[in-house]
Amino acid sequence: MDHNLYRQRRVVNSINMVMSMLAVGFGLFWLVWILWTLFSYGLGGINLSVFTQSTPPPGSTGGLANAIYGSLLMTLFGTLIGTPIGILAGVYLAEFGERGWLAPATRFINDILLSAPSIVIGLFVYEIYVISVGHFSGWAGALALAIIVVPVVVRTTENMLRLVPNTLREAAAALGAPQWKVVMMVTLRASKAGVLTGILLAVARISGETAPLLFTALNNQFWSSNMNQPMANLPVVIFQFAMSPYEDWHALAWAGALLITVSVLGLNVLARWLGKQNNSQ
Amino acid sequence: MTTDTTKLQVKDLNFYYGGFHALKNINLSIASKKVTAFIGPSGCGKSTLLRIFNRMYELYPGLRAEGQIVMDGKNILDKDVDINLLRAKVGMVFQKPTPFPMSIYDNVTFGVKLYEKLSKSEMDDRVEWALRKAALWEEVKDKLKQSGHSLSGGQQQRLCIARAVASKPEVLLLDEPTSALDPISTAQIEELVNELKENYTIAIVTHNMQQAARVSDYTAYMYLGDLIEFGDTDTIFTAPKQKATEDYITGKFG
Repeated sequence: MDHNLYRQRRVVNSINMVMSMLAVGFGLFWLVWILWTLFSYGLGGINLSVFTQSTPPPGSTGGLANAIYGSLLMTLFGTLIGTPIGILAGVYLAEFGERGWLAPATRFINDILLSAPSIVIGLFVYEIYVISVGHFSGWAGALALAIIVVPVVVRTTENMLRLVPNTLREAAAALGAPQWKVVMMVTLRASKAGVLTGILLAVARISGETAPLLFTALNNQFWSSNMNQPMANLPVVIFQFAMSPYEDWHALAWAGALLITVSVLGLNVLARWLGKQNNSQ
Repeated sequence: MTTDTTKLQVKDLNFYYGGFHALKNINLSIASKKVTAFIGPSGCGKSTLLRIFNRMYELYPGLRAEGQIVMDGKNILDKDVDINLLRAKVGMVFQKPTPFPMSIYDNVTFGVKLYEKLSKSEMDDRVEWALRKAALWEEVKDKLKQSGHSLSGGQQQRLCIARAVASKPEVLLLDEPTSALDPISTAQIEELVNELKENYTIAIVTHNMQQAARVSDYTAYMYLGDLIEFGDTDTIFTAPKQKATEDYITGKFG
């Protein structure tokens, strides 16, 4: 045995180990700093009125109730519009797209859409929807968010369906089940948790998006359930309040930022947990 | 062989994986309500042949069968044959257990629901009947609502047999049904095959020659896409006509 070679390998190993740990530390450092700043500034601003009162004019007290409600509403509709399209397209790519050129082309375009800057999507909806109806609206915001949801759900649905072993498809087909039944009853059911995880990740993704809402839903000082009117939402409120010179607006912006971060964190944890359930099945 | 009626008549069957000629001019007949075993080394085409009987190969692009397989006077390879109806008549059990992600009860009713409209009580009876056929009823009768995944490997495979039997097919294809199972489960399934042949025509692919000798009435020995020898199991195992068959079954080769 060559002890020199062994010693050399141990030294190289230690160096690499230390460098990897430093890299992890560097990454975590900023993450922890961001979270720390968020909590230290935001936690003080969280109180009951944040959830019960609407955004105030400068100098008076208020909350984020209209923005929270608007965000929830647009995220809900964005998900409701985008998810079925995403799942159906994902099913097509994974189950029906074996032959022909349509599936590879769709997959390619979907990958582009997946990494498209969200501001481009905001501008797109502004151009085709906001301009043609003549005003900003909650629907325009929901539409922009739906366009962001689609590629995420397409990708995860396809990936999850591809994890289902072919033997399961064959077993269902061998009983004389037509292909759509095989998909609905067996493969989609087998990857249910995974597909759900994808939807949750998409919701997490859109709940913090600012750029697409800036051009579509804009903002609203008041409580509004009318999806045809401009609608308040957390990201744009944070953007406007943080840029303002008013102290109490800053506090609300921090509180809003904390709320978004915590809910995105919660959604990610939930998605991970669901993913684990799927694997252990 | 003359006394048995033929269920499946294979005539000049050729099969291609793209450009690869996987089965070459296969001619044989599968007797009704008997067990026909297919043996041979890996890659000889026995599973490929089995998967033509229910046209399973059509799930994948680039695969092609030429020739005839006549069942009840009709060539099942014809374009106008409804492939789903064919598969309802020709059931299949695979190498690995493939329970669907649903309850034991729903697993058994899956195929039945596709082609029959039964009342709740008729369906209950059918489920019990199928699970008894598969010798699984006693073990699962109190947990029919539990997931099929909660069963052991051998139980899952018997569940798959129950599922295939439940829709009352005429032919049952078994593709190495015991290769993933322990000896006790294997013995149970072999016993099952023996009972099932009273009502069903069975074709079984197996790597295990003793199994072929134990369960089958007829045996086909295949090698590199050719059917080398086909006859009743006793003859094949005691007095094979071909040297190649003898070498394989005595373990000199393969």
